[in-house]
Amino acid sequence: MLGKTAGSLFWMARYLERSENNARLIDAGFRIALTRSSTAQSEWRSVLVTAGQDHAFRQAHGEDYTSQRVVDFLLRDPANPSSILSVVKQARDNARTARTYLTREVWEAVNTSWMTLGGLLKRQVREDDLPDVLAGIRRHSAQVAGAFSGTMLRNDGYNFARIGTFLERADNTARILDVKYYLLLPSVAHIGSSIDNVQWETILRSVSAHRAYHWLYGTEISALKIAEFLILYKQMPRSLAFCCEQMTDNLDLLRRAYDDETEAVRMGGAICRDRLSRPIQSIFDGGLHEFITDFLRANAALAQQIERDYRFVE
Amino acid sequence: MLRGKGWGISFFDEMIGQDSEVRSPYRDYHDWFEREDAARIQRKAQQAEAFFRTTGITFNVYGEDEADERLIPFDVVPRIISASEWRRLSRGIEQRVRALNAFLHDIYHRQEILRAGRVPTELIARNEAFLPMMMGMDPPGGVYTHISGIDIVRTAANEFYVLEDNARTPSGVSYMLENRETMLQMFPELFAKISVREVGDYPLNLLKSLSACAPPQCNGTPTVAVLTPGIHNSAYFEHSFIADQMGAELVEGHDLRVVGGRVAMRTTQGYTPIDVLYRRVDDDFLDPLNFRPDSMLGVPGIWDVYRAGGITIANAPGTGIADDKALYSYMPDIIEFYTGEKALLPNVPTWRCSEPEHLKEVLDRLPELVVKEVHGSGGYGMLVGPAASKKEIAAFRAKLEANPRGYIAQPTLSLSTVPIFTRAGLAPRHVDLRPFVLMSPQGITITPGGLTRVAMTKGSLVVNSSQGGGTKDTWVLED
Repeated sequence: MLGKTAGSLFWMARYLERSENNARLIDAGFRIALTRSSTAQSEWRSVLVTAGQDHAFRQAHGEDYTSQRVVDFLLRDPANPSSILSVVKQARDNARTARTYLTREVWEAVNTSWMTLGGLLKRQVREDDLPDVLAGIRRHSAQVAGAFSGTMLRNDGYNFARIGTFLERADNTARILDVKYYLLLPSVAHIGSSIDNVQWETILRSVSAHRAYHWLYGTEISALKIAEFLILYKQMPRSLAFCCEQMTDNLDLLRRAYDDETEAVRMGGAICRDRLSRPIQSIFDGGLHEFITDFLRANAALAQQIERDYRFVE
Repeated sequence: MLRGKGWGISFFDEMIGQDSEVRSPYRDYHDWFEREDAARIQRKAQQAEAFFRTTGITFNVYGEDEADERLIPFDVVPRIISASEWRRLSRGIEQRVRALNAFLHDIYHRQEILRAGRVPTELIARNEAFLPMMMGMDPPGGVYTHISGIDIVRTAANEFYVLEDNARTPSGVSYMLENRETMLQMFPELFAKISVREVGDYPLNLLKSLSACAPPQCNGTPTVAVLTPGIHNSAYFEHSFIADQMGAELVEGHDLRVVGGRVAMRTTQGYTPIDVLYRRVDDDFLDPLNFRPDSMLGVPGIWDVYRAGGITIANAPGTGIADDKALYSYMPDIIEFYTGEKALLPNVPTWRCSEPEHLKEVLDRLPELVVKEVHGSGGYGMLVGPAASKKEIAAFRAKLEANPRGYIAQPTLSLSTVPIFTRAGLAPRHVDLRPFVLMSPQGITITPGGLTRVAMTKGSLVVNSSQGGGTKDTWVLED
């Protein structure tokens, strides 16, 4: 397949995943802003930092971290190239470029979500409409995912899209941890003592795993367990370990299909092996912040290597 | 609905005769329509629009915001052609396309037709689409017009005319295919009742036809790719649609480069040679080394590969000369010259404004004529005399006098009408027809029917989508 097409599938999947993640972040931020008006501004700021958009926000709006301002910026501000609206448009542009590799179902799902969102986000969203709009974004995302898994040929194009999805997702989960890691540090909430209820709930909600956590760990809430859940727990579809496993599986399928063990294949394997095959305590011992920073760097390097090895651009 | 009275109009309606009789090709459809609930058809028509939008069958209008992807209006009433009418048309089309190919070959080789004085030399010499670099070149398989579109209009029961030849890069085939797909989804029962000839095999026929024109250096199964200017081109939907349906790669200039004497595409595993390139970019943009140096759309060096027999370019470079409207007026002579037969499908009588007597007559009769630019297309830059204001006519007169060579004129034809579905029932609108013709060394394939374009505005004669025209599904009936 064309390198450009592989790149478009990869980026289409990344942008789609990003729009869904950002919708989830807004949802979690909105909840905390409703329940705790005193810390709302700093919560919104941490949402912007997690989404990597704080700098752009401050350039456009200064320190005005009100719900309405932040939500509008994240959802649809034309000044924000990373707003959900622009991200979905970029997903659709990539889908158009890769149109010949997509089934009609996938293309129509992507195109429909772009059209519907364009309508929903034409003007500013009122606070009481926000939950519906966010649910709509996630529903469209689920439709694309469903069409993708139900109709796409399991070939190299599929692998590139999957790698894009999990690379983006791992990046998102790691960023959430990065912004909130101080809450999980023993100095703030030592092991055994309960950490701030609302805060940990926000973390879990940001990855839609708040019920799964309880199902798994019961009522016991600890920093170590939350970190383990988000980093190492392989059954949790947004954990770093799960994402990495999916990435390496798909890279391995490419290796076999192309009979070529690229540098990217080796790098993907190394992330799983060196960083995620150890107990959570040892991660804490080495420093959670250092671990996350290193992971984000390795993840980004892998993305660049994939782009090079599979000739997305000349 | 339509029963009981004719429409009291002087043009030929393909469904309803002057005596209010439903013409025979439309009888079964009309029976069905009469029994059908208009509200249901209305609902279906709205569904069709939603269907076109989700599928993304849109086109971008140049100069407008990219967000403004427009739909070409689709009308749910089919345009129906009988088996015998189609036999006659397709014989004429085939003859014309053969002659066009022979003409292009001759122009780029011995130029017998110019020597014989049947076509003036200056028509070629001044033709912007003429490519001196093609002189003496033999395109693989001897084919110039791999894909052509012959625009046909009808004025009476037995009167068909060729209005235009499109040998450069005819577009619209995706609409032909999607219109049929839409009709099948909306009114499956109609197709059970009426035997309509298939159009869906076009993409495979195209692939076969292109593959049969593979260049000498190709070994094994030819690799076919479609070259598009990119997602911002107004016809991008069509490019991706055709590539998708053929199972061919859709490439842009930056995906290609010359590697080891072949044109190759950058794949995830390195560069892979292409054998046949169905290009949807103009000649000028094909090769920045040999044509326009500022072009970013093409492939540097592709021309040299072409000359060396390393790639087939479809359509061949330089075929655009045949789209020239001044040359069009010589088509009856061209057909006779190469086939030894009279043209089966007549041309519309045409005044060449480059000839003083013709120009004088045109200027005298301007308000009743249609005047077109010889290089124009898409319905831009033309004058429809009877529909124009005095001021517009005066302005056009000035243009004509300043550059008579740039124009031809034709009588305003009373184009046939086919009804469209409106809230008030059926209403006649003018149509034309663009059949799509494939050519390879193995022969000529014409898809039954083609694209029917319809002027959606009452009385309008301009069917171009850029001017608000719509389309219809076109049915050729089985014998």
